[in-house]
Amino acid sequence: MIVEDWGVVQYSEGLQRQREIVQKVFEGAPDHLILCEHPAVLTLGRMTNQDSLLYQRHEIQERGVAIINVDRGGDVTLHAPGQLVVYPIFNLNNYKKDLKRYMENLQEVAVDLLRNFGILAISPSGQRGVFVGPEKIISIGVGVRKWVTYHGLGINVNTDLSLFDMIKPCGLNVRMTSMQKIKGHAVPMRDVKVKVIELFKMNFLNKL
Amino acid sequence: MINIILPELGEGITKATIACWHVKVGEDLKEGQDVCEAVTDKASFVIEAPVAGKLVSICVEVGQEGLVGGLLGTIE
Repeated sequence: MIVEDWGVVQYSEGLQRQREIVQKVFEGAPDHLILCEHPAVLTLGRMTNQDSLLYQRHEIQERGVAIINVDRGGDVTLHAPGQLVVYPIFNLNNYKKDLKRYMENLQEVAVDLLRNFGILAISPSGQRGVFVGPEKIISIGVGVRKWVTYHGLGINVNTDLSLFDMIKPCGLNVRMTSMQKIKGHAVPMRDVKVKVIELFKMNFLNKL
Repeated sequence: MINIILPELGEGITKATIACWHVKVGEDLKEGQDVCEAVTDKASFVIEAPVAGKLVSICVEVGQEGLVGGLLGTIE
């Protein structure tokens, strides 16, 4: 598995780079695990309900937040600095071609990650995403092309949570939280990245 | 006539919602071109044209559910 840390990258550029890697992985390149952050952007998944935007589009854009339609499942979500975005680009042709299993494994990694930072999180049955109490902390949305995965996880590490006031995250009436809010202090992004890489290498691929 | 079928997506997954069609009825398609996207469980699966030809019918419209193994559309 190749791990790439893109740092902060514009969403649209990141999406284009993901698509290029998807094609390479389909053609036989190793699986990739991409880590990055995006400047503030709302992405509208394939199942977005227009009611999930709580502000007019021009008001959102005036706050410096871009809006982009994307080819992943789910409703609207927000990416912003302080949120670690994880894009596993894995060739499921080499494992088990099972979307449900893949999604469940992603959720397990997310819960395990938080446990490593002393945060007890759950994935409620029937919902994708990871919650701490009633508040959502990690969003999940995936795309699959030729059985190669892309998109992935948005982990709120030190995200400015006020930005979520513009939307119903994932179309739900939930509040978002972050590792920073729960711990009461900023959490080093580097530490989270190290643990994400470890969990994907140790646990994730074995279970696919 | 070639059928566009909703493929097996995983154990226990029996249906998926069509999120979009990338091609209109009557338009030409290349083999491997994106035809539509099926969404299940917050995962969007891109379905590609199995052959080159013309999309002649759409059997499951956007927002409707298709059954795994079921017909989504046809190419001629």
